[in-house]
Order: sequence, then C-alpha cells, then structure tokens
Amino acid sequence: MKINARASQKIAKFLIWTAALLVIVVLFSIIIHILVKGIPMLRWQFLTDIPRDMGRSGGIASSIVGTLFVTAVAVIVATPFGIGTAIYLTEYTREGRVTRIIRFSAESLAGIPSIVYGLFGFIFFVIYLGMGWSILSGGLTMAIMILPTIIRTSEEAIRTVPQLYREVGFSLGATKWQAIIRTVLPSAIPGIVNGVILSIGRCVAETAAVILTAGSALRMPASLLSPTRTMAVHFYILAREGISMDNAYGTAALLIILILLINVGFNMLVNRFIAKGR
Amino acid sequence: MIQKSKMEIKELSFYYQQKQVIKGLNLEIPENRILAVFGPANSGITTLLRTLNRLSDLIVGVRQEGEILLDGKNIFDPDINMTELRRRVGMVFDVPTSLPMSIFDNVALGPRMGGMKAKRDLAEKVEKALRMSALWDEVKDRLNTPAARLSGGQQQRLCIARVLALEPEVILLDRPCSALDPISTAKIEESLMQLKEQYTIIIAPHTVQQAGRIADRVAFMLMGDLIEQGYTKEVFAFPKDNRTNDYLTGRFG
Amino acid sequence: MKGFKEKLSKHVFLLIALSTLSVLALITVFIFIKGVPIIAEVGIINFVFGMKWAPSQGAYGIFPMIVGSVSVTLGAAILGVPIAICCSIFLAEFAPAKLRNIFRPSIQLLAAIPSVVYGFWGVLFVVPMIRNYLGGPGLSILAGSIILGIMILPTIISITEVSLLALPRHYKDGALALGLTHWQTIRSLLLPAANSGIVAAIILGLGRAIGETMAVIMVLGNAVALPESVLDPVRTLTTNIGIEMGYASGEHQQALFATGIVLFVIIMILNATAQYITRKR
Repeated sequence: MKINARASQKIAKFLIWTAALLVIVVLFSIIIHILVKGIPMLRWQFLTDIPRDMGRSGGIASSIVGTLFVTAVAVIVATPFGIGTAIYLTEYTREGRVTRIIRFSAESLAGIPSIVYGLFGFIFFVIYLGMGWSILSGGLTMAIMILPTIIRTSEEAIRTVPQLYREVGFSLGATKWQAIIRTVLPSAIPGIVNGVILSIGRCVAETAAVILTAGSALRMPASLLSPTRTMAVHFYILAREGISMDNAYGTAALLIILILLINVGFNMLVNRFIAKGR
Repeated sequence: MIQKSKMEIKELSFYYQQKQVIKGLNLEIPENRILAVFGPANSGITTLLRTLNRLSDLIVGVRQEGEILLDGKNIFDPDINMTELRRRVGMVFDVPTSLPMSIFDNVALGPRMGGMKAKRDLAEKVEKALRMSALWDEVKDRLNTPAARLSGGQQQRLCIARVLALEPEVILLDRPCSALDPISTAKIEESLMQLKEQYTIIIAPHTVQQAGRIADRVAFMLMGDLIEQGYTKEVFAFPKDNRTNDYLTGRFG
Repeated sequence: MKGFKEKLSKHVFLLIALSTLSVLALITVFIFIKGVPIIAEVGIINFVFGMKWAPSQGAYGIFPMIVGSVSVTLGAAILGVPIAICCSIFLAEFAPAKLRNIFRPSIQLLAAIPSVVYGFWGVLFVVPMIRNYLGGPGLSILAGSIILGIMILPTIISITEVSLLALPRHYKDGALALGLTHWQTIRSLLLPAANSGIVAAIILGLGRAIGETMAVIMVLGNAVALPESVLDPVRTLTTNIGIEMGYASGEHQQALFATGIVLFVIIMILNATAQYITRKR
C-alpha cells in the first residue's frame, strides 16, 4: 500500500511534468518556426509597399494600415461601453436580477464563436446599415466581440480598489460621480489597460469575423468606409490559396511579433503604472 | 471658562442591522479645541466619528436616532447638502490613504471636486494646506512625484493637508497615528496643536497617552455608552467613574 | 441640480450596461431572421438530419457537418482535456515559483496566437505526419482534433487553475497531515472539490472548439460526407460558413445563416450550462 501510493505519486508527477513540457515545446516550436522562416522577409520594402499581383509580390502596408484602423475603431467604441458597464455593475447597483441579466449577456457574448459574429456583422453592419465591407463594419463587429473582455477586466480592476479610496473621496465632499471618476478609476487604470491590451491582441489576431465584415480588398484604405484586408486575413488567404509562402511567413512573423509585443508590452506598462501609482 | 459648542450630539443611537453600537449618546464638542474620544476597541468610537460627517451612510443596513447639530443645524435634516457637510466636517483615516496620483493632485483633489479650476488658486490652496500640515518643506520640490513614494508619516500628513485644503470647520481624525512611528506621531501632534486655533478637532487617539498629550477635553466610551467626559486633566487625575479609572490604569484589556 | 445629475448618471450607466443585452438580442434576432425562412422551407428535420448539402440543387442538409463538429470537438476534448488538467495541476501544485512565472504567461501567449497560425502550422506539420505515418489524406478529423486540442488548452487551464487555487488551504494541509501523498491529496481531495469549476472549464473549452473556424478550415479537408474513421476529412458547421460565405447568395446564403443558428443554439446551451454550474457553486 505504502509503496503503491509512492509509485502512483511518481507516475502522476512524471505525467504532469511531461504534459507541461509538451505544451511549452509545442508553443515554442510554432513561434520559432514562424519567426525563423518569416523574419528574413521583414524588410523595409515589405512593410511599406502595398501588395502586388494578389500578394505574390510587394508588401503588406495596406494590411498593416487596415489592421490598425479596424483595431482602433473596435477599441475606441468598446472601451467606454465596457468601462461604463463595469462601473454600473460595481458602483451603482447591488447584486440582483439586473446584474444577473447583464452578466449573463456578457458571458454569452464571450462564448459566441467569431464566425457567428462575422455573420451578424455582415447582415447588420454591412447589409442592413449599408456600411458595406469596410473598416467601420469590421471595427464595430470587433467592438462587440471584445466588449465582454473589457467589461470583465474592468470590473475586476474596479472591485479591487480598496473601499477606503471611495470613503476618502466621499469624505472630501465628492458626489458619487466624482468619487468614481477621481478616486476609483485612477486606481483601477492598470487593470483596465490590461483588458484593453488583451482586446487589441484579439483584434489583431481575428480572421473569421473580419473577413466577413471588412472584406479582403488589397488596396490602401481611403476612409473608414473603405474595405480592407487585415494582416491575419491576408496571411490566411496567402497560406490557404498557396499564393506566396514567403509572404505568408513574413505576414505571420509580423503578427507573432505584434502579439509578443502586446503581451510583453502589457506587462511592462502595468508595472510602470503600478510603480507610478502605488 | 465657558466654551462655545461647534457641534452638539443629542441622544444619538446607532444600529448596524440589529446591533446597537451607540447608545443614546449626549456630547458637546467645543469650538477651536481638541476633543479626544477614547476607549477600548469596539466601543463605537469609529462609528461615532463616521456619523459626524455621515460617512456612515455608505454602509448598507444602518440606522440612527437622535440629533447631531452643527452650528445649531441638525445634520440629519432632509434638506442637508451631503457634499457640503463633508466639506465642512473633514476626515482623516487610520491608514494613511494617499491616492495613486501625485502629491499635488492628492491635495488639490478636494478643491477640484468643489469646482476650483484655476491653476494659481489651486497652487495657492495646496501650498497653504501643506504648510499647515508641516509637510511643505519636505515636498515642495517634488509636488509632481507620486504620493506613494512618501513615508507613512508623510503620507498621513498629506492626508491631513488634503482635508485642510477643503477649508473645513471640523476635522475628524480616526486613530491617525496608529500606523506611524513615534517621530511622525510627534510631528502630527505638533501640527494638530497649532491647527486647533482655527479648527475644531475631534480625534480618536490610538493610545490614552496621546489623548493626554494633546486633548483639551476627553470623552471615554465603552460598549457604545459615553461613560465620562470633561477636561483632560480632571478626567485623567480624578476619574469619577470606576470604569474610566480601570481603563486609565490599564486594568482593562 | 447635483441630485439631478447624480440620478441622471445612474440611468446613463444602466443604459450603457444594458448594451450587452441589446447586442445579444440584436445578434439573435438578425441571425434568426435571416436563417429561419430557409429552415422553415426545408423543414427543420430535413435541415438538421439531411445528409445532402448541394446548394446548387437546393439541397440543404447539415447532418454530416453536425457529425463533423461533434467528432472534431470530442477529439479535441480527448486529447486536450487531460493535458490541460495536468497543466493546471502543475501550475497550482507542482511548479516551482520561477517556472510558474514562465509557464503562466506562456499559456496566455498560447491563447493570443492567431488561430490561422495554428491552422498553418497544422498544414505544415500535423497533416503530413498523419498522411505519412497513419495513412489517408492527412486532412482529417485527427488533424483538426490535434489543432483544437491545443487551442482549447488556455481556456481550460486558466479556469481550472483558478478553481484549484480557490480551494481553502486547510483542505490540503489536513490531507497531507493525514499522511497522504501529494498526489493522493490532489486526486482524492482537491480535484473532487474543484469539480464544478473543472466541468465548467471543460464545457467552455468545448464551446471554444466547436466555434473555431479558421484553424480547422485548413486542416479538415472540408468534405461533406459522413466520416468513417478519424483519418477521414470532414466539414464542420463553422467551416461550412467560412468556406461558402465568400460567394453564397440568396437561398444559399440563408442556409449558411441557418447553419449559424444551429451553431449559435449549441453554443448558448453550452454557455448556459457552464454558467449554471459555476453559479451553483
């Protein structure tokens, strides 16, 4: 019995370490493979030229711009709604039917597959509201997709602000609104920024929802109503249709680098905030 | 000497849900003096302080009876303006609570929320408040650095400055030195002694000795009852009630 | 004036907060409006259980895709869940602090990598490997399951880890004090106690798998037929939409929205179940 228990402990420990190691190996093999093959492609001309010959040659400048704008629209629209919802949930109401409904909605939105968002964005923004395949349609669709993330992270951030801060605000003669804006939010900012940055990452990485709403046009977008092809979509089309493996690798490498920067940059930003604030 | 009262507490009772934590308390708070309300933990002192500017309203499920008069006006009247009340009766908490922003912004917070916008006015207010709390010389060259970089004692003086910037009439201090070292404590006590010339101060001291050092009058509370009150020297030298005597001589937890 | 502003701000915030509900309602309404007519026309039984999908002939049966989605998702669960649970035990119980500080961000990174990159990696490595060592075209249920098995790891790991860490410390101390080994403690005490959290994590992971499109589009082969083995190509509900939305119009497009409805309903059921389980705790 005693030996048995120790043997099973050993086996279990071995399996658990193996699983963890396996995951790390897979993760890094994907990242390293893409970077090794793709980084040599990342020359100045690749980053600044627009795609030529369906992406066989030329660069990805229009896709970089498209990604930037779709992400910007999404974040600019979703952030105030997300923070507002979080403020309502934490400061203006007690747990009850209303909060349950709002939480249920947010969690449901979080679980909806991106292809369904794509369908919705297509029928609602592109067709019904007449925005066509455009940066705006894509950005608004992404805004809905990232809304739950921003709500959740902002809510967590606001909840961890000590009650004492609110009391300080009120004891200085704050109205409720002033207490929220001037004492609660400044302390919650690192957490809120975390959510926004995670969301930026999602926008950059998304394919299914944007291909159906922003389109796949290769030219440089001229306005928010121009169609565009984000980098992730461009990579998908290049890779799937075998147009140019080199350019596919280059685009993927840039995507991975961006994602890495976003994840690492986020940690640095938060650390800076914390060092500054507390 | 008959001293004018700034605040008067009449038959105040306070309940958390079913539990009564202040029991029919009567107390006069003299103007331009330091009143120390002391007693063992859970005597209702913090609650009493928080009732004086109605910060206690923030807690769900509380209820009070009786009156608290501020310059003769009951602060529980329905027409009372809460933000104005809290500006007139400022509060310093037991934990130094600097907000995550610069020293300047911490002190300017109250005036800003009161609607003051002009940079010059704000700068003037901040300097005046920091001078009064005896922090100015230590921070005047780094007003824009985060308040979190100050020491605990400095942070607590910052909190006092933040309240002073409101130009209140009454200042409540809830065990303001409980988290501080003796040197910081001495500095704060020194500034309180000067501040009382302009302000009415009510302090919950963290030790009986502190009450003895700075208070003009003291009130002893036990389990929500006011046991005894009077001039500090008289109460400390000749307590009328045995329980006060027991507490002062350390025969109480 | 101030009182009025305060009241107003409360209502404004309520309105903002209700935006989540209204968006959810909008999504539901628009997808159903677009997709329901074709289901009504074909008949719900014929649509869901129909074996033939041939839009040019007006045949809209999605049963092979339902089978495809379910089989790929189950495959992903079989491959991914044990590894995910091992990883969360590793994080919560075994990992030295230093390793944990590398491992946890790595898992976040795993979640942040674009799904198309996974698909691409699958085409380059997983598909040829299956073709060479196991036979068949390589583009297969197995390939999709492997890719999705990796992609659902972050969801399951993070939620499971949270529910393991949320357990009161004395559970573990008590068990260790009784002379149980660390592993016995985990298996007989911690895992059962975190049970509902783990189940919710798995359900959400399944939701992620069944909803994934771009990664699996590249490795599944996308044939509309009932698979006979895990080495056969399949098409899922999501890939059906992803492949054909680009050029579909009219009835065909409606049928893709109808496919979306089926997917949407499955996901909502999974979500509601997961939320119910977490809430009950």
